[in-house]
Amino acid sequence: MKNRKKEAKILHVLSVMATAFTVVSFASLCVFVLVKGIPHITADMFSLKYTSENASVVPAAINTLTISVCALALALLPGIFSAVYLCEYAGRKNKFVSVIRTMTETLAGIPSIVYGLFGYLAFVIFAGWGYSIIAGALTLSLMILPVIMRTAEEAINSVPDSFRESSYALGAGRLRTIARVVIPSALPGIVSGAVLSVGRILGETAALIYTAGTVAGLATSLTSSGRTLSVQMYTLWREGIYTQKAFASAAVLLILTVMINILSSFFKRR
Amino acid sequence: MNKFEIRNLNLHYGDFHALKNIKLDIGEHRITAFIGPSGCGKSTLLRTLDRMNDLNEDCRIEGKVLLDGEDIYSRKTDVDYLRRKVGMVFQKPSPFPMSVYDNVAYGPRTHGIRKKEKLNEIVEKALRDAAIWDELKDRLTNRATGLSGGQQQRLCIARALAVNPDVILMDEPTSALDPISTAKIEELMIKLKKDYTIITVTHNMQQARRISDKTAFFLSGQVIEYEDTEKLFESPSDKRTAEYISGVFG
Repeated sequence: MKNRKKEAKILHVLSVMATAFTVVSFASLCVFVLVKGIPHITADMFSLKYTSENASVVPAAINTLTISVCALALALLPGIFSAVYLCEYAGRKNKFVSVIRTMTETLAGIPSIVYGLFGYLAFVIFAGWGYSIIAGALTLSLMILPVIMRTAEEAINSVPDSFRESSYALGAGRLRTIARVVIPSALPGIVSGAVLSVGRILGETAALIYTAGTVAGLATSLTSSGRTLSVQMYTLWREGIYTQKAFASAAVLLILTVMINILSSFFKRR
Repeated sequence: MNKFEIRNLNLHYGDFHALKNIKLDIGEHRITAFIGPSGCGKSTLLRTLDRMNDLNEDCRIEGKVLLDGEDIYSRKTDVDYLRRKVGMVFQKPSPFPMSVYDNVAYGPRTHGIRKKEKLNEIVEKALRDAAIWDELKDRLTNRATGLSGGQQQRLCIARALAVNPDVILMDEPTSALDPISTAKIEELMIKLKKDYTIITVTHNMQQARRISDKTAFFLSGQVIEYEDTEKLFESPSDKRTAEYISGVFG
């Protein structure tokens, strides 16, 4: 009896220590970045035009927004419709389905630098667009496609069968059931997956350096180059002269990422 | 006049022979109850009447099911139209995650009715026929999932009524509800049989005795006895029926 009590206590202590370790690691990362970065955040960092002096985050942020929106627009429909096919049309025991699922899991695990190199060969060189927003957006859309498919599939599968049955029992066909009952019910989960993808896009550097390029300043068209916030941070750091600005950008990026994650969990709870 | 005529119906789930040579005539404008122990096939038979078993990939059906003289399993059958004529209410009340109004209007909208005034009319009539208009008339835009269990089930009945069916199939409609809601729904079923044909599966023998006109007793995929309710319960012809009714097995 005493032994079990001792074991329980040890387990309790170990769990608390592990949690503390996680919290402390996360906290020290945040504190370090914010402490080093916030002092160097200047007002001109938020001006519209980028110069070497102000290292403004605004053009990079706008580029990030453009690329995110384009990547989402390219990946959302194929992702959702693939999930609909896998859940609603393909049979449960279909071998094809498990092959596709394995492929999706694999795609989700491929390092982003590999996507970057693929995007470079396919979109920058072969398609002839050069370093461009469109090359970056296409590459990123391939990266987030498995995430969107997976979250959409989970959301669609968790719609109770009773909804589908009730719809069929009223004389609605499969298309109408999916469009009017299943997808609206699955929407919070799908949106949460989309927001999660945006979070991933925000942190992307490797895939974008070789596709969207590292040109500072606002990208003027889909075929012109423009760097995102994280790429800018990387470039500033590598150039060695603007390390303070790099930290400042890092602080801004961290705050943005945390805000996006809070948004995503808000949607999930709905 | 028989609403349904079932002849030589055999149903397999994969290798399992779930329904064996079913022969049954179900009359219109009355309540027919299917009773029997768990797994005897009564819900399965109910689901063949509106081809809900089509949703199950493993299911194989042979035989004839005639609705108003026409085989619903023929190739020419429009299944969506069939499910309009033969509505179903399930054991667990499952209103869609939409407003009360949209739930009831879902069926009519599916079948092409778009005009606001017509939909309003249909929704009101359906809710009145389901004896829930007074409770919900000021809450039509509220989400249906916020209602109580009994109200949700009556809403589901209204939803089924809104497409103007001939038949209403009810798969243990009150087993998930409290006694008061159960009583309300039983009252509703008796009121509805004037205009509709009702077939209900129930585990509750007292309920079958209270509301049904004819009762069929099922065991291991076969109809053991099919009789006027009073006669089946007072003097069953088959020994197994007598044993089930007296609770020897359940």
